[in-house]
Amino acid sequence: MDAMSLQRKKIHPHKYSLWIAMGSITMMFIGFTSAYVVKRAQANWFTFQLPVIFWISTAVILTSSATIQMAVKQFRNRNMQRYKQLITLTAILGVAFAVCQWIGFKQMNDMGLPLNGPASVSFIYVIVSVHLLHVLGGVVALLIMFGRAFRTRVRTYSAVPIEVAATYWHFVDALWIYLLIFLSIAR
Amino acid sequence: MSNEATLHSQEVIHGAHAHDHDHDGHDHHHEGNFISKYVFSLDHKTIAKQFLITGIIWAIIGAFFSVLFRLQLGFPDATFPWLESILGHWAKGGRITPEAYYALVTMHGTILVFFVLTAGLSGTFSNLLIPLQVGARDMASPLMNCMSYWAFFLASVVMMSSLFVQTGPASGGWTAYPPLSALGDASIGSKIGMDLWLISMALFVVSQLLGGLNYISTILNMRTKGMTMTKMPLTIWSFFFTAVLGVLSFPVLLSGFILLLFDRHGGTSFYLSELFVAGKALSNEGGSAILYQHLFWFLGHPEVYIIILPAMGMVSEILAVNSRKPIFGYLAMVGSMFAIVILAFLVWAHHMFVTGLNPFLGAFFVLLTLLIAVPSAIKVFNWITTIWRGNLRFTPGMLFSIGFVSTFISGGLTGIWLGNSSIDIHLHDTYFVIAHFHIVMGVSAFFGTFAGVYHWYPKLFGRYLNNTIAYIHFWITLIGAYLIFWPMHYEGMAGMPRRYYDYSSWESFKQFNDLNHFISVVVIVVFAAQLMFVCNFFYSIFKGRKVTTTNPWDSTTLEWTTPINPGHGNWVGEIPEVYRWPYDYSKNGKDFIPQTVPLSPDEEKESH
Repeated sequence: MDAMSLQRKKIHPHKYSLWIAMGSITMMFIGFTSAYVVKRAQANWFTFQLPVIFWISTAVILTSSATIQMAVKQFRNRNMQRYKQLITLTAILGVAFAVCQWIGFKQMNDMGLPLNGPASVSFIYVIVSVHLLHVLGGVVALLIMFGRAFRTRVRTYSAVPIEVAATYWHFVDALWIYLLIFLSIAR
Repeated sequence: MSNEATLHSQEVIHGAHAHDHDHDGHDHHHEGNFISKYVFSLDHKTIAKQFLITGIIWAIIGAFFSVLFRLQLGFPDATFPWLESILGHWAKGGRITPEAYYALVTMHGTILVFFVLTAGLSGTFSNLLIPLQVGARDMASPLMNCMSYWAFFLASVVMMSSLFVQTGPASGGWTAYPPLSALGDASIGSKIGMDLWLISMALFVVSQLLGGLNYISTILNMRTKGMTMTKMPLTIWSFFFTAVLGVLSFPVLLSGFILLLFDRHGGTSFYLSELFVAGKALSNEGGSAILYQHLFWFLGHPEVYIIILPAMGMVSEILAVNSRKPIFGYLAMVGSMFAIVILAFLVWAHHMFVTGLNPFLGAFFVLLTLLIAVPSAIKVFNWITTIWRGNLRFTPGMLFSIGFVSTFISGGLTGIWLGNSSIDIHLHDTYFVIAHFHIVMGVSAFFGTFAGVYHWYPKLFGRYLNNTIAYIHFWITLIGAYLIFWPMHYEGMAGMPRRYYDYSSWESFKQFNDLNHFISVVVIVVFAAQLMFVCNFFYSIFKGRKVTTTNPWDSTTLEWTTPINPGHGNWVGEIPEVYRWPYDYSKNGKDFIPQTVPLSPDEEKESH
């Protein structure tokens, strides 16, 4: 019986909630991408090339996944100086990702593909910006972690918050890669 | 996970506990702090009460709206000067204007479906019962739980404010189908009122997701020692499945709303195509209004199970307690709820049989829809066999539970008709549909809610509701519900469409003038009976008969092992350990054996 309850408590409730939240966010993007598929099957689907900068932003967000993973490792080793540097770097990369996406929007607009253009174009704007909001949510979480790391009065030894943040970060990364592959194939 | 990691997480949990205790002490110290105790409370029981009372306020408003538009339907030629004094230019000369009528119908649906029967029902009882019945001090994340209520409160404020804008609230129906809902020029109800509706609903989705995450992780992670999944009361199973449905389907609704917002303000054409409004051609092209319907009903159908599942769970529990018998077919109950959850995601297109849906595809949706009859029938069978030859105690909660079974059967049977696409083509958007979903979802869910309120009121407030008023409330509501909705089946079969403003001007529907008149009178009587319940509710909080025993219904479940007025943390001292399932009634010569009583040697032999 004891072994059972130990088994159950292996996953921290907050991590568990995060997994369910990620399932929920996934459902939202499944909603968007299925709407895209349904719309694409209808007449007059307009095709165009995605801006190249979306591939650069992919490289940026992949790098940030690596840096946040290193940050988790440094936190576990109580190497707080390195930890602070790494989460700062991750947050900066997150902002850089946002900038890349924004440049992508501008490029599309300059190419004569505005938001109120054909539905296939509007979908890119909506899906990419809703994803971007989720990345920026992660940046806010990192800023909170950063603030906590500088507190001197209360010291945090639990790795759960940073692990939760890191899992979420990898999730928005994976979500972006899914979206990019989806949007590249389903032209 | 490695051993080290396990140890580590154990440490974290211990740390968290220590912190909690610290917090408790802290709270205790500032007991007079009104804000932290009653407003931004982290205690799941207080949050449950907040959901319940907000839900009651919304229910009064939503039901009152139905009284107003029933006045128009029942007395199309009469004028009521008092209407002008409350609605102003929306009821000029004492007669509701067509715009106001559509606004009232839309808000009635929105309020009742989302704010009352989703937030008010599962918000209240999931919050109250999950920690108490699984044996936890609070939710997995009390802060998120608090945020869930306040997101709902914000949604309520926005929705309420939309009632007072100059162009009126949303009035394109509770489903908000585009293009009507997307074009402000098409109807005054699609102006700012529609934006407020969408913002409010987005906040509502956030509230539901925050709540749902918490319910799921609390049920899966925070059960007390010995409380295996199959020892959970059926209430908890139903809240679990409800939360799963909500977490998976509300985000899809949100994505549909986001696209709608872009169509309204971003100039996009997701749902809009080749339209003329007020003689002007719009620039939108290539959109598909049906796309919205798919996204909406992918939530919309699971939503009706989000409404009814908690009622089913509570009714199962209340029927067993008041029959002094174990629930019949516990695993079949869990299995049928699981089947309902799976099927809920596979039937949405049965709301769209007349949209030009491919009939071949429609056939699959007919089949899957009719399959829902199987788990539903299993549940009905089990409820009836549970009370069969039971030692029935007709408490108000029990009466409402039996009423639930009655309305669920009579409303559910018409679902089999509507689920057939060929019959649905005739009955779609008629009063038959109104009758069907009001009985099976509206009335049944309300009966479940009332059953829950009467049964768990002693736990909520440490007092009882007045029984005499409760019995009057029950009989008027049961008889009234049937008198209101039964005749609507006939109107629907005669082809009377829903949402029309005045049927007396139609040669084909004139014959129903007297029937509509009758229905409206019953609506007023039933509404008065509900106000009586509301008075009973608020009066009894302060003046009701006091509960003197911790377990007033002689029930087996854990919530009755807490003090009469449990504090934050629920149990004084250790959380009790659980040894048996929650339905040991009339066993081995004992009336009931609580879950906390260890198995006797005889029972252990049996179980081996």
